[in-house]
Amino acid sequence: MVSALMDKQTGKQAGESESKRNKESILEVNNLEIFYGEKRAVNGISMDIGKNSITALIGPSGCGKSTFLRSINRMNDLIPGARAEGEIIYEDLNILSEQINVVALRKEIGMVFQKPNPFPKSIYENITHALKFAGMKKKSKLDEIVEESLKKAALWEEVKDRLHKSALSLSGGQQQRLCIARTIAMKPTVMLLDEPSSALDPISNAKVEELIIDLKKDYSIIIVTHNMQQASRISDKTAFFLSGDLIEYEATEKIFTNPSVKKTEEYISGRFG
Amino acid sequence: MKSKTADRLATGVFIAIAIIIISILVGLFSYILVNGLKHISWEFLTTPSSNIRAGGGIRDQLFNSFYILLITMIIAVPLGIGGGIYMAEYAKPGKVTDIIRSCIEVLASLPSIVIGMFGLLMFVNITGWGYTILGGALALTVFNLPVIVRVSEDSIRSVPRDLKEASLALGITHWHTIKTVLLPSAFPSILTGIILAAGRVFGEAAALLFTAGLSTPRLDYGNWNPFSAQSPLNIFRPAETLAVHIWSVNTQGLIPDVEEVSNGSAAVLVISVLLFNLLARWIGRLIHKKITATK
Repeated sequence: MVSALMDKQTGKQAGESESKRNKESILEVNNLEIFYGEKRAVNGISMDIGKNSITALIGPSGCGKSTFLRSINRMNDLIPGARAEGEIIYEDLNILSEQINVVALRKEIGMVFQKPNPFPKSIYENITHALKFAGMKKKSKLDEIVEESLKKAALWEEVKDRLHKSALSLSGGQQQRLCIARTIAMKPTVMLLDEPSSALDPISNAKVEELIIDLKKDYSIIIVTHNMQQASRISDKTAFFLSGDLIEYEATEKIFTNPSVKKTEEYISGRFG
Repeated sequence: MKSKTADRLATGVFIAIAIIIISILVGLFSYILVNGLKHISWEFLTTPSSNIRAGGGIRDQLFNSFYILLITMIIAVPLGIGGGIYMAEYAKPGKVTDIIRSCIEVLASLPSIVIGMFGLLMFVNITGWGYTILGGALALTVFNLPVIVRVSEDSIRSVPRDLKEASLALGITHWHTIKTVLLPSAFPSILTGIILAAGRVFGEAAALLFTAGLSTPRLDYGNWNPFSAQSPLNIFRPAETLAVHIWSVNTQGLIPDVEEVSNGSAAVLVISVLLFNLLARWIGRLIHKKITATK
């Protein structure tokens, strides 16, 4: 897996002091800075992201949390003028490196977006789209993965009789769970969720939250959210961002009951943002 | 003036404009059809045209029109969509892209007679082919390409960014995303653009006068060898199209039934464009349904 991420194997990074790395963490962010042209959106943050846990990123709009999230699977590459400095270490590789094979990286670090964005294809094809590209052609295997991922995303019962209908015929909440299902189908190790339930009604929101908690046993999840209750309900650790700085990063319980920085407390209690 | 009155006035003005447009269209259509339909018969469509005697048909011209359209589209559609993909997905914003875009716009606004003269120089004289279907098709491609590039670019750009990001975030390459997500979503609007372009090609005369010529050799429709001089499929033969035929019988026709022939041809031309549009839209809808799984 690791070697598949490198376009050119240099050997140097691969052998680098594995013992030094914290086994509990899946991602290690060191002094990450992100720029849009001249403007700096993220000012040198460092944090470890835990394995099989949910990390919530909170903060007011424009604080850099989504920018940070999108740098983890290099989605910022699509934005002209965006560039990142520093390191994000994943499996002993700096994923910000030029030599990283971005396509392979995104198979391992999947992403679900704020607005449900199913392809205008059938439910079935939404899931097989990426699998087929990855070279899986066998019908029986595809069927199996479709069922498995829809079950994991708690959508199977609702759609099993209409797999070949358009995904756009689903409700918003179902569409979002379909988007989660198609990400699951790729068997990533990390899932990045960018406000996945902010566009949903409360009932769909609750379903998606339940699903996210359930996914924790198989995946490491990083979620950006504007919803304080959501962060406190589902996450293990919470990071508070403000104007591109990481202000506080602690266990969720501590952040919400006894934050050590005054700004954090003010934000959580709704005094600004 | 009260805003309510202004609002009513605006509504009235726009309704009036719509009525003007519709009446122009209906008037034109009925004029052409009323004058032309009575001359259309199976015989008119299936006999070759005559140079001197009355009673000639438009068999070869009709075939030539469709054949040139087909050859033009075979050349122009892949190039046009390819150019559109480049402009929408690969061209980096900057000076070079701006220059390319201006070039395309200028090309789109060139008068067709100028393209005809350019075609005469390029595809008739320099190549030494003489008047040919291929020369005509290439001239029409020059005339057509900018429109298809522009339409493809706009259609691809108007696909929601979300879909592109969704596909890329699943570990799918840029090219595969274009092929399987962007193009299918952009397909209906690209198709509309191509139909509009095809209508223009079908009715174009000026660009063909000096490239495909004003004559058609004696054709043998039983001859399917594309290299034979008598074969209708030969792309290196001169070919007078329907639109050119209408122009030529009216300006230099010696036949006594000029009016009948040109009215009949005009009606066939209009009906063909109409049928062509309907058919293309119907096929387009079928394909779109199939790829999007909507019923």
